[in-house]
Amino acid sequence: MTSILSIRDLSVRFSTPEGEVKAVSDVSLDINKGECLGIVGESGSGKSQLFISIMGLLADNGQVDGTAKFQGDDLLKLPRRKLNKIRGDRMSMIFQDPMTCLTPHLTIAKQLTEVLKFHKGASEANARKRALELLDMVRIPEAANRIDMYPHEFSGGMRQRVMIAMGLLCEPELLIADEPSTALDVTVQAQIIDLLNELKRETGTAIIMITHDLGVVAGICDRVNVMYAGQFVETGTVQEIFYDPQHPYTRGLLGSMPRLDQIRDEHLTAIPGQPPNLQNLPAGCNFQERCTFAFDPCWQTDPPLEEFSPGRCKACFYQGFDNSQKGAAS
Amino acid sequence: MAIPITPHEKRKLGDELSEVKGRSLWTDARRRLFANRAAVTSMVILGLIILMAVLADFLSPYSYEEIDWDLMTAPPTWQGFHIFGTDGVGRDLFIRTLYGARVSMAVGVIATTVALTIGVLYGATAGFVGGRVDNAMMRFVDILYTMPFMFFVIVLMAMFGRNIFLMFFAIGAVEWLTMARIVRGQTLTIRKREFIEAAEAAGVSRPRMILRHVVPNVVGPILVYVTLTIPAVILAESFLSFLGLGVQEPLTSWGSLIAEGANELETAPWMLIFPAAFMAVTLFCFNFIGDGLRDALDPKDR
Amino acid sequence: MSDTLLSVKDLKVYFDIPSGDLLGRHPLKLKAVDGVSFDIEAGETLGVVGESGCGKSTLGRAILQLIPPTDGNVVFLGQELTKLNKRKLRAVRQDFQIVFQDPLASLNPRMTIGDIIAEPLQSFFPNMSKRERKAKVQDMMDKVGLLPQMINRYPHEFSGGQCQRIGIARAMILQPKLIICDEPVSALDVSIQAQIINLLKDLQKEFGLSLIFISHDLSVVRHISHRVLVLYLGNVMEIADRTALYEQPRHPYTQALISAAPIPDPSLERSKSRLMIEGDLPSPIDPPSGCVFRTRCPKAQEKCARDIPKLTDDAAHGGHFVACHFPD
Repeated sequence: MTSILSIRDLSVRFSTPEGEVKAVSDVSLDINKGECLGIVGESGSGKSQLFISIMGLLADNGQVDGTAKFQGDDLLKLPRRKLNKIRGDRMSMIFQDPMTCLTPHLTIAKQLTEVLKFHKGASEANARKRALELLDMVRIPEAANRIDMYPHEFSGGMRQRVMIAMGLLCEPELLIADEPSTALDVTVQAQIIDLLNELKRETGTAIIMITHDLGVVAGICDRVNVMYAGQFVETGTVQEIFYDPQHPYTRGLLGSMPRLDQIRDEHLTAIPGQPPNLQNLPAGCNFQERCTFAFDPCWQTDPPLEEFSPGRCKACFYQGFDNSQKGAAS
Repeated sequence: MAIPITPHEKRKLGDELSEVKGRSLWTDARRRLFANRAAVTSMVILGLIILMAVLADFLSPYSYEEIDWDLMTAPPTWQGFHIFGTDGVGRDLFIRTLYGARVSMAVGVIATTVALTIGVLYGATAGFVGGRVDNAMMRFVDILYTMPFMFFVIVLMAMFGRNIFLMFFAIGAVEWLTMARIVRGQTLTIRKREFIEAAEAAGVSRPRMILRHVVPNVVGPILVYVTLTIPAVILAESFLSFLGLGVQEPLTSWGSLIAEGANELETAPWMLIFPAAFMAVTLFCFNFIGDGLRDALDPKDR
Repeated sequence: MSDTLLSVKDLKVYFDIPSGDLLGRHPLKLKAVDGVSFDIEAGETLGVVGESGCGKSTLGRAILQLIPPTDGNVVFLGQELTKLNKRKLRAVRQDFQIVFQDPLASLNPRMTIGDIIAEPLQSFFPNMSKRERKAKVQDMMDKVGLLPQMINRYPHEFSGGQCQRIGIARAMILQPKLIICDEPVSALDVSIQAQIINLLKDLQKEFGLSLIFISHDLSVVRHISHRVLVLYLGNVMEIADRTALYEQPRHPYTQALISAAPIPDPSLERSKSRLMIEGDLPSPIDPPSGCVFRTRCPKAQEKCARDIPKLTDDAAHGGHFVACHFPD
């Protein structure tokens, strides 16, 4: 398989008046063509900062280390001009809040054609034609009439579709979607997920789906990396993560989700405590303070992310999780 | 309760059994303000200037109206201890600059207080009552805004003669407009916050609502605006004095001193330099403190 | 059905929208809530689901009289709330409380959490001694899972989940009979969300509370509610026992909502069929004639544009009310 993006030992640090904060620490991942990788984590887990950093969009007080090879080019070392050629063209990112990402005073047509003219050197007419095609593809009704409207004239779901269209204009090889459906209503969210699924099938675009919603992950991802306090704690295929979770955090997340299709116990198996303060991480495992399985080694050493079966990694010392009879599926 | 306790929490619980004192937003703000070097330096310098103004009579052997017949238009000299020199009629410039500081600062503080009082009452009422009353009150402010107020003050001065209290009042009457707008805006945003709704649901009475929930949350921005209004008022006063409409001789203010100094610029530059330097430093200080306060009170805004 | 705690009848909340007329005449009416009726019994949880703009938050605030209703009745413990004067209404507030969506925004940043939680006590029992008040506050803090020694801290020193616990403690301190929860968990992370849901369920059991749980999250509503009300454009579409509503939804809108909500199970999620609804939410200023859902309904017929469907149940579905001309 060909890896499109290969991240090795990437760390993101922020210097703040209160001291240095390590938002992401030594993270590695690969994503292949036509694959959808889910990055699951709660707020503050560093899941967004990881990809914001490889897009070169980090805030001024942030600093990245490590490598992020995008088809041979290390994104973190590329000069700005070359990075600009890649992002928006071969690799694009869509964000949670579509309103803040669309310039309010330019029409949709202008914003879409601009990208094409810059990256592909397309003529005005061609660019407009292509923009229309994409708006049709993301199922904006009456795209031909709507293309000359301003962002505020679109509803939230429509704006997110425009954002996706913009992300896909140049047929990128990699689409990074940062909580693309979180701000939307369920019915709209379902449409966006269907749209992304279709895209993956038809164009072979690799998708990185950053989300906290395990339902979304279940619907679209092939592989999943679970992130906690700036580190990956478990990786595997979507089946493995949902039906055979091996890290207590993953198990906790799955147990915390109320289910639409059934009523489980009266009590959800919540994860106790609060996510750790990144400025003041505990010694040993980052999760130990909330872990009901923590034992001696957890308080001393941070468990490394180790492969325990092909393609399956976890960062946990505890070995006794057995999901065979419980069947996490039901 | 059904919240499971982790081994970690069990170990930790022992440590924290005493009641912990919280860090209030004011504590945080104070800490941030004192970490701001420009603001702290400004506070120190401003404190020194104020101290000098208060102790003026002890710092100089002269009084502000005493004429030294031997030294008229003298440059700074140790002879007779005229460290800032003297003016055209032989009055000591050092003591006059400090007396100017007294008048200018007094105008700044008193006029700002006038503006603050009118502005807060007016703005808070408009913001709290809302609806048509708010609309009418704010349109009235808009109309006043369109008036050429410097002109208005000058006319008042010309009509009623030069009176320092009239000046306090006149400048304050101009500055309250902006204050009223700021207070109204703040009150409106606070009113829309969920904790006001929560207080209402908790059956909190009106006066208590204003006292406990609205006022503490609008004080910050008002404080910042006050520190920025004082230098504006000092400038306004010196402008009036520069035009000859300020305080009555032989009393003086920085504006009058600068006006005199400007006339003698070629022959006696010190007459301009010292008062102007004092005033500039004071204005700088107030602005730095205002900036520091704003950053300290609302760190997200930076 | 003897101990009905709250009975809402034909509640309407219209907001005036300036029409551009300079003198403010003939304002347009935004119909946020347009004729909602339901009852709640003691100890019951009613879930209210709907998408953004369906009027669910307005409904909650109108029941509490934080927003004056335009029309309709709210009868709470036999008292008609819409007709009470300010003083009497204040007295009733002891028995119903609200928990907000944004935990931090609902706490006054300048007050310690002890003062915040004690505030309802202070307004209803001003003569209570300081000692007693503090004891009550610390007791409640313990019940909601906050360390009582944190009483002098300020809201910004707490995380979102803890702030929501503070908000719940404030709502619970007077031991009210009804709490309206306006999206109490949607601003929280999944793991924290579960803690708060468990807490609400425990408190309900311990104190026999009734809850109105407003949320856009169908899974959470299913977990916590006894009965569920589906709101669309200020109108009730369907109201039923939770199992009936989720297993056999009768209204096409409910069916679409349920089919769209993701299930955290890859096999199920990928194999289930989706009932898509097209188009955007119509404007509440100018809602469709007849059935408000007809513009997006796959089943819509002529009749739907003409007649407003009544919320009814039938012999086969007792207690399962639906407002549709062609229910399943």
